Amino acid sequence: MSEVTTAEVPWSPKRAAPGAIARLLDSKPVLIFLCLLPAVGLLLTFLTYPLGLGIWLAFTDTHVGRGGIFVGLENFESLWYDNVFWGAVFYTVFYTTVATVLKFGLGLWLALLLNENVPLKSLIRAIILMPWIVPTVLSAITFWWIYDAQFSIISYVLVDVLGWRTTYIDFLGTPWHARWSLIAANVWRGIPFVAISLLAGLQTISPSLYEAALLDGASSWQRFRKITAPLLMPILAVVLTFSVLFTFTDFQLVYAITRGGPINSTHLMATLAFQRGIPGGQLGEGAAIAVSMIPFLIFATLFSYFALARRKWQQGDDNE
Amino acid sequence: MDLFTRRGTLALGAGALATTAVGPRGTRAAIPTANVSPPQTRIENGATLRVLRPTKFVDADETVFRENTAKFTAQTGVQVRADFAGWEDLRPQTAVAANTGAGPDVVVGWADDPHIYSDKLLDLSELANYLGQKYGGWLALPQRFGKKWGSEQWIAIPMGGTGAPCVYRISWAKEAGYDSIPTDHDGFLKLCQGLKRNGHPAGFALGNAVGDGNAYCNWLLWSHGGMVVDEAGKVAINSPQTLQALRYAKELYQTFIPGTLSWGDVNNNRAYAAGEVGLTQNGVSMYFSLKNDPRTAAIAEDTGMMRMPTGPSGKMAENVLLLNAMVFKHTRYPNAAKEYIRFMMEAEQYDPWLTGCGGYWAHPLAAYAESDVWKSDPKIAVYRDSNTVEFWSGYKGPISAASGSVAADYVVVQMFAAASSGQSSPEDAVRDAERRARRYYR
Repeated sequence: MSEVTTAEVPWSPKRAAPGAIARLLDSKPVLIFLCLLPAVGLLLTFLTYPLGLGIWLAFTDTHVGRGGIFVGLENFESLWYDNVFWGAVFYTVFYTTVATVLKFGLGLWLALLLNENVPLKSLIRAIILMPWIVPTVLSAITFWWIYDAQFSIISYVLVDVLGWRTTYIDFLGTPWHARWSLIAANVWRGIPFVAISLLAGLQTISPSLYEAALLDGASSWQRFRKITAPLLMPILAVVLTFSVLFTFTDFQLVYAITRGGPINSTHLMATLAFQRGIPGGQLGEGAAIAVSMIPFLIFATLFSYFALARRKWQQGDDNE
Repeated sequence: MDLFTRRGTLALGAGALATTAVGPRGTRAAIPTANVSPPQTRIENGATLRVLRPTKFVDADETVFRENTAKFTAQTGVQVRADFAGWEDLRPQTAVAANTGAGPDVVVGWADDPHIYSDKLLDLSELANYLGQKYGGWLALPQRFGKKWGSEQWIAIPMGGTGAPCVYRISWAKEAGYDSIPTDHDGFLKLCQGLKRNGHPAGFALGNAVGDGNAYCNWLLWSHGGMVVDEAGKVAINSPQTLQALRYAKELYQTFIPGTLSWGDVNNNRAYAAGEVGLTQNGVSMYFSLKNDPRTAAIAEDTGMMRMPTGPSGKMAENVLLLNAMVFKHTRYPNAAKEYIRFMMEAEQYDPWLTGCGGYWAHPLAAYAESDVWKSDPKIAVYRDSNTVEFWSGYKGPISAASGSVAADYVVVQMFAAASSGQSSPEDAVRDAERRARRYYR
């Protein structure tokens, strides 16, 4: 049967009209839509939905194990009068600011050193990355031991080996000691990221610029200010943005070392949100604390982006 | 995936049978039981169960629990998968099971959880009454947490509780002039002052420590007659009794080793094992870990365990963490679930578990006071009566989500920490705690 039909069909020089699917796929908007679909789907499922849900929960009185109803701004009102929450806001801002400044100061310095010609350069660069590679929880536990009230190695060296002090340092037992101790741990962890990123930036700067400056008799400070700093600014802006975001949303370090103690003096917004939301069961309130972080994050991102990434700032007034 | 393969189950079952045959047979005979026949519960055909419980703290907790579970499978043919969750993950996982109506059939959860999900749980009154009649009655704390608040309906079967009495170095207490722990607060303070003078300070966790921090601070509050809320659930923490407790805590804090404000749940164990502190509060696990390690056996030898000073009218006022088993209505095999719990609570299984854990999870049923575990080492006898305590987290109010939230937010612990360290005056500390407690009890 099929033989007969094939034989009888006359050969047609004309191309068959493309099918509906083929025509659909040829259309550019459809193609764009299809190609974007996986990415958009992933974003919607794993980013927009949880974020939206979090924001919705912040306006309800949901408990773990019990659904909630819409309560408007009640959670935020209650937080407004909560000293613990304001303490966490203060420490989060303080922690982020101080840690970021220190990380950038020391990180930039380290990057400049690494950019010089030192022996075993690549080995040293690899070693520098160690604090960044070690899982946060592991380094947190290490610091937890370093800061231990009874078994701290720092106290041991100062008291028992060198005899410079007579009592062990109470690293985590008083509010300000604990706050600075945590910042130190965060800075230790964060420097490599900054240093390596800035090092990458430094290496994109053409050596001929420095040669030209040398011929003009520029001092090393002038070279840094007029060449290194402006050319490093774009990458600095990006690294700064990331670093601020990471620091602001830090959780593991504080949770593993102090759990927000002593007496809530080291609670970050993230740890407080977790403590209230999951072990405390007040999901709505926990979500409200987490949502309160968003304005800070947006502000920090916009600041580092617009303030530092302006072309005018980098390349002079005439080049906007 | 089932955790128990058939071969594994057989092997485990055989092992369990072997141990019960050789080991605790004598122990079993010692538990006095009344002649009561178990409730008629026919296990459904083809039943399988999923059990969720907190992870072990002492090894035997898991091994004996698994052996008993395997024995249940061998005798009834019901496949049981037991999952062990981290202590802090257990509460959220229970919540997910309750909310979604899926997941584990039996949850051996924390004390308050069944009360939060009481409308989603099977009535276990028949089973509880049977166990109570057979084993000499339920102790005070299990009664409080097994029954729905203000009713005689049992919604959970308490399985064991871990208390935190005073753990101290006998020789150092002697050196300070005491042969035992004084039963009154003044004497206790004097003992600690003596210890401190001799360079063996006391140490109690005042940091955000779920177990130890709450244990110490609830003892302070209750033993002075204080409470977070009254019977009706109204915040009543701002009382002369609480202020008295705070002033006492401040005095006692002077006898502590430095750094207790940052102590978590493990710091006191470490400091005690290193001989840095002479007195603290802990579960029985620390004593056994000291005893079983040759390097610290001498410390265990010198360790005594006694009641902390009691509360008004001589009542024990220690915090006890209770394991509370519940069965969700969503289970497809309610009878199998009930039978499983009954099986685990019967002397043939329960006593080896109790003994294996060295009394870490003290019994909720009176008859088990006769268990050999309490005679094996006279020092741990103080843990035997853990569950007779008449105070509970959220005392003296109903058990609710609010009491759990107040504990998780360390309201009581931080009140004592702030007043002890002098960061706030006792009056300010209690007002702050009152305000924070009100946020949850509203």
